[in-house]
Amino acid sequence: MTATTESAAVNRIGLSKADYNGASSTLCNGCGHYSIANVIIGAAYELGLDPTRIAKFSGIGCSSKSPAYFLGKSHSINGLHGRMPSLATGATTVNKDLVAIGVSGDGDTGSIGLGQFKHLLRRNVDMVYLIENNGVYGLTKGQLSATADLGQKSKHGGLNELPPIDLCLEAIIAGCSFVARSFAGDPKQLQTLLKAAFSHRGTAVLNIISPCVTFNNGEGSTKSYVWGREHELPLHEINFIPLEHDEIQADYEAGAVREVAMHDGSLIRLRKIDQEYDPTDRMAAIRLLEEEHSGQMFTTGLLYINEGRQTLAEHEKLVALPLVHLPDEKLRPSRAALDAINAEYS
Amino acid sequence: MIATDAKQPPATNAADRRTPCVNDFSITIATVNGAGSQTANNTLLRAIHKMGVPVSGKNIFPSNIQGLPTWFTIRVSTAGYLARREQNEVLVALNRASLQEDIRNLASGGICLYPLDEQLPLRRDDVTFYPMPVNELVKQSGADLKLRPYVANMVYVGALAWLLEIELPEVEAALSHQFNGKQKAITLNYATVQAAYDWAAANLVKNDPFCIERMDRTTGTFLVDGNSAAALGAVFGGVQFAAWYPITPSTSIVDHLSDYLHRLRRDPDGKATYSIVQAEDELAVIGMVVGAGWAGARSMTATSGPGLSLMAEFAGYAYFAEIPAVIWDVQRMGPSTGLPTRTAQDDILAAYTLGHGDGRHICLIPGTVNECFEFGSMALDLAERLQTLVIVLSDLDLGLNLWPTKPFSYPDRPLDRGKVLSAEELTRLQGDWKRYADLDGDGICYRTLPGTNHPAAAYFTRGTGHNEAAGYSERPEDWAANLSRLARKHDYARTIVPAPVIDPVNAAEVGLISYGSNDPAIQEARDLLHASGIASSYLRLRALPLESSLTEFISSHKRLYVVENNLDGQMRALIQLHAPADADRLVSIAKCDGLPLTADWIAASIAALEAKEEKP
Repeated sequence: MTATTESAAVNRIGLSKADYNGASSTLCNGCGHYSIANVIIGAAYELGLDPTRIAKFSGIGCSSKSPAYFLGKSHSINGLHGRMPSLATGATTVNKDLVAIGVSGDGDTGSIGLGQFKHLLRRNVDMVYLIENNGVYGLTKGQLSATADLGQKSKHGGLNELPPIDLCLEAIIAGCSFVARSFAGDPKQLQTLLKAAFSHRGTAVLNIISPCVTFNNGEGSTKSYVWGREHELPLHEINFIPLEHDEIQADYEAGAVREVAMHDGSLIRLRKIDQEYDPTDRMAAIRLLEEEHSGQMFTTGLLYINEGRQTLAEHEKLVALPLVHLPDEKLRPSRAALDAINAEYS
Repeated sequence: MIATDAKQPPATNAADRRTPCVNDFSITIATVNGAGSQTANNTLLRAIHKMGVPVSGKNIFPSNIQGLPTWFTIRVSTAGYLARREQNEVLVALNRASLQEDIRNLASGGICLYPLDEQLPLRRDDVTFYPMPVNELVKQSGADLKLRPYVANMVYVGALAWLLEIELPEVEAALSHQFNGKQKAITLNYATVQAAYDWAAANLVKNDPFCIERMDRTTGTFLVDGNSAAALGAVFGGVQFAAWYPITPSTSIVDHLSDYLHRLRRDPDGKATYSIVQAEDELAVIGMVVGAGWAGARSMTATSGPGLSLMAEFAGYAYFAEIPAVIWDVQRMGPSTGLPTRTAQDDILAAYTLGHGDGRHICLIPGTVNECFEFGSMALDLAERLQTLVIVLSDLDLGLNLWPTKPFSYPDRPLDRGKVLSAEELTRLQGDWKRYADLDGDGICYRTLPGTNHPAAAYFTRGTGHNEAAGYSERPEDWAANLSRLARKHDYARTIVPAPVIDPVNAAEVGLISYGSNDPAIQEARDLLHASGIASSYLRLRALPLESSLTEFISSHKRLYVVENNLDGQMRALIQLHAPADADRLVSIAKCDGLPLTADWIAASIAALEAKEEKP
């Protein structure tokens, strides 16, 4: 494919892939976050998402800088360390038409933001929540994060003697309705999961191992490219079929395929690889993650999905029109209403 | 009938007992926290108010579920003074633990109602004691055992009604208001009131001068608390989103908000045009409020000092990222947990400069319940007009106590949604706009909202340095220009925030400056000062930033006293910064003991300083 034909290609809403680009990246060459940004661009393009409807949320850290590097025509808010979830909760509640994507890191989500992360999931805020997980603080140059490996060396602080927090496990326990894990070095799987996440109603968490080439890409790190490539164990081959148009149809063997219907009619098609795994079985997902801790592999794919949970906006029983679009006369009660209240007090 | 004559102490001979004292005294009801006396106290308050007599009440309660002393004071004042007084003439002594202290604190010539079975630890010859057979009357009430503690409080309502000549139909009407028309509760409670009234009429010999006589000085007013008014103001200000975390004494703002919104802001099919989220902590609260404000909603929360401090980082962020949001800070006595149920005005400096780095917030300071209503709506307007955080500084005294109030006025201005560009306007501008360009010279730039369907609508909101186009920038000139523009916006705000209320007095050398719930005490203190030959002008601040009429007021008076309910003179410090040339002329009259200021204390403090002026 030549560059000319690529630039001429447009998606179902008439935008080219370049229309989904962002600013030039200031991240390190080879940073996993960089490839994730490309995957986001690809997924949004392929799904034909309208960039003006997308809202990007982030906290603080290398990961949280990354929304600048994709979807430049989308509004973005880069908030406080660990408190992206609350920003997203407020914004999506008042405008449920927004397609919300939050980008966070392991420090941002697993350390300072763990409380807000858990409560966001408890509320099932309708958004895609990406964790760019490299087990280290990159922006402050190499301190340990809450997902650092046991025995991981930090630049100044010596060995990490504390167990890592498994953010997928935390998400499932908190009631998250879509939990997936992937690897920045596996853009094909990641992009498919991301498309499914956009289609999910409620919070969709993608915990992505995203190597930090500067501070945590060395020998023995389970967040390095080498480790990821050697130890990734996909749960299934995954394909996503959006409602609006057909994607590439993979040739699946009958009997080994499980389809999960999304609320909007899209389908996730999962082909099991080497084990019986039911992604709608919460206990199975917890067991898998617990067992994995003693093994040497990390499984990737859709770990858990529950399409039935009510989102925060649904729970709030809001009018059909997003709150921010309500005309003033809907917001200020009548003069008669105030007269009645005055009369009651009198 | 219960015979009690034998237990009634002999009458005393206080001289003022013969002079009738009509509509000018204070009542204290001393109870145990958790005894459910609030209904009885408010019933008394409302009944007196309904008799046309100016009245105010203050609930002085501990931070405790039950068991500690609590006092409710009712001030009855022909002149309409509403401030707390230092002494009370009428005591209902129902708390054994504080009995001695309460009797000791009674004004000479006062009266004390107490349970018949109580052994009084202190007798005073200059006080009339009236025993009430509380237990016996409660037994006769017919109330279930679990309800008896509540009807017990109605005994003193009935006894006081007879002693003070409070009209029983007004008591019944007040009960009906208290119980929201629930007939069973009204009947049960009123039966106890009537029984106590009848018993008092048959058994007590009135031997004191205190009585309530019908007047017409409350016509057209009703009693309401500041937090209810604040909530109602926000509802009529079109609030769309509220997040909150419970904290005394602000919680009832959101409780009332929830009730009013549920009632007034739902579609016929029951769907809501608002959302209220109870967050996990104040850090999340302000994040949600800022997120909703960023997305284009009228967004608010209510908190108190400790919550405000947890919101500090986001407050600074909202200032710098220019996101509309409203915080109602109902101040209580700090620091930290301090005295959570006692009043103060001690968040002034913290609120104005909340955050780190440079930045000042718009603060509104309501002084009356009507202003709580008015500012409930205005805070949302100003936040969107100025694209910034607005902090409303109320306090426990204003927020939780009932105040006589004129009916709330329907807001006559349309909602001010500020400078928001639509997709159509962006098309007309051919997409040519910069988020942080000051086109109008007022420091306020045009914003777009997320979801605006135009390819040029999006911008990147951040707490980091940015240029006019919202691009990341660490260039010193960009940083300096941005901060200067924000300062310019703050200067513009001076011209649109509520101006001070000024009562100038010709040729007065003394100027009093105060704010918020001190107003009733100041007004009374001015009368006291005037009676002692000290004329004073008065300026009541209603907002930060401070503005030019304050400067003029300072320069037109020789001696200036800044009266406030904190120890450090926090507002005086801000005024000194505002008017540095006059800094040494600004004298602080400040006190913080958990109670509202009294007119006596203010007047005495100023009179003492004035006396020194006269004798250098």
